[in-house]
Amino acid sequence: MRRIEVQDLTKYYGDKLVLHGIDMGVGEHEVVVLIGPSGSGKSTLLRCIGRLVPYDYGKIFLDGVPIDDPALAGNELPKRVGVVFQSYNLFPHLDVLDNITLAPRKVHGIDRDVAEARALEELEKLGIADLADSYPDKLSSGQQQRVAIVRALVNDPEVLLLDEITAALDPELVGGVLSVIRDLKAQGMTMVIVTHEMGFARDVADRVYFLDQARILEEGPPDRVLGDPEHPRTRQFLQRIIEAGRL
Amino acid sequence: MSIVSTVVVFGLAALWITSSAHWPRLRDQFFSWSHIEESFPDVLRGFWINMRVWIISMILIMLISLLFAALRALRGPWFAPFRVFAVLYIDLFRGIPAVLLMLLFGLGIPALQLPGVPDAALFWGTVALVVSYVAYTTEVYRSGIDAVHDSQRAAAKALGLTQWQTLRHAILPQAVRNVVPALLNLAVALQKDVALLSIIGVRDAVREARIFTARTFNYSSLIAAAILFLIASIPMARFADWVTRRDQERRLQRTM
Ligand SMILES: Nc1ncnc2c1ncn2[C@@H]1O[C@H](COP(=O)(O)OP(=O)(O)OP(=O)(O)O)[C@@H](O)[C@H]1O
Ligand SMILES: [Mg+2]
Repeated sequence: MRRIEVQDLTKYYGDKLVLHGIDMGVGEHEVVVLIGPSGSGKSTLLRCIGRLVPYDYGKIFLDGVPIDDPALAGNELPKRVGVVFQSYNLFPHLDVLDNITLAPRKVHGIDRDVAEARALEELEKLGIADLADSYPDKLSSGQQQRVAIVRALVNDPEVLLLDEITAALDPELVGGVLSVIRDLKAQGMTMVIVTHEMGFARDVADRVYFLDQARILEEGPPDRVLGDPEHPRTRQFLQRIIEAGRL
Repeated sequence: MSIVSTVVVFGLAALWITSSAHWPRLRDQFFSWSHIEESFPDVLRGFWINMRVWIISMILIMLISLLFAALRALRGPWFAPFRVFAVLYIDLFRGIPAVLLMLLFGLGIPALQLPGVPDAALFWGTVALVVSYVAYTTEVYRSGIDAVHDSQRAAAKALGLTQWQTLRHAILPQAVRNVVPALLNLAVALQKDVALLSIIGVRDAVREARIFTARTFNYSSLIAAAILFLIASIPMARFADWVTRRDQERRLQRTM
């Protein structure tokens, strides 16, 4: 049984078809990368899996249980599926430690001492423990994104959903954040990653899905999908990215 | 240079007014020191009522409006009655002049002499101010809530916070910070509107001053009341300006 299973997922925003008959799966310890042009539905797919937006048809399973099942109601799904956003979305009025411990304390009922010790341990691993008392607006983009990753990690999720987490970073800070994700892969974290960093995708992905206009057009190992794509749309997309100098 | 020009202009204006043929009459009617002195203790006692009502109603207004705005911000069909209530409330009480609410509550309700309901004009006058200002203040809070980016809700949801926890820990602290300058300006306005209490017979500063005027046919007691309101409002207004400026600097810094 795969960790995440998406069957025939279809979603509209108003009249606009945003996801059409999506079938995909993510195995245990697998890293899946979603690529595709802007507006193809990558973020929406992640948001559906993370139950952040409703969908119209189809099914999504976490370990075989539908995500709308009462067994995953309330904070059960958020505990098991962590999300990191492109724009970090840290809470500006809370310092780093409070940002990280908010959910453990308020949602999962963990004592402040325990939650803070855990947060510091994770911050330490990413080399940013000295930022614990800082407020988000005093941090660099790369530091903020690493805090956001820690905030997702302290709930011990089984799956991480990462949506273009380097797209808003200053270029020289991208590498540091990507290496955090490589480490997570080495530790066996199951991840679904949306990225435009094709070098990173090739490096970290076990499988790649190419989305175009609400559909999955192509799927396979990174060497094939990124190196020798079957579908002309995929080739065209990759060609544009090469021209933009990102491969 | 600007100081010199200011002094010269104001000095000339003062000279022009005091040299007018009507000045002595004007001075005796409004600025008679002996009348001010004589009315001052009563006016000051009344003013103390104004200030107490101001503080108490301000606290009530801030809390009740925050609650209304929070209830209004909750999404989903369960909370529809709250949203409808808030919209009706705001439409109703923002549309009625405060002076009318003051008369309706402050004179109307005590006149009913309902059993178990307080009949003090002071109590109902305060209620009228609170009811009127809550309508504005709820809207102010709402604008602050709307200004918090939707991605903050997404982040809170992804972390498993309930809707109420999201409001309480993520949205409202940012919303309140967004509207502190606007709230302070409402507080400045309310500081003057407490004088409306005088029209329902509460012996506040204005009422005391008018009692004195009726007795002496001299208006200096009103000037005494005006001076007291000014003394209270100028520091408050300066403080509001200062906070607003600091808030703008903070926003500017964040966008850079
Ligand atoms: N909240 C929304 N309301 C209405 N339409 C939306 C909303 N969010 C996304 N869409 C639309 O859905 C489509 C898919 O958007 P989505 O953000 O999933 O694309 P994406 O593949 O992540 O693109 P990008 O690479 O630019 O992030 C787009 O046409 C977008 O305009
Ligand atoms: Mg996107």
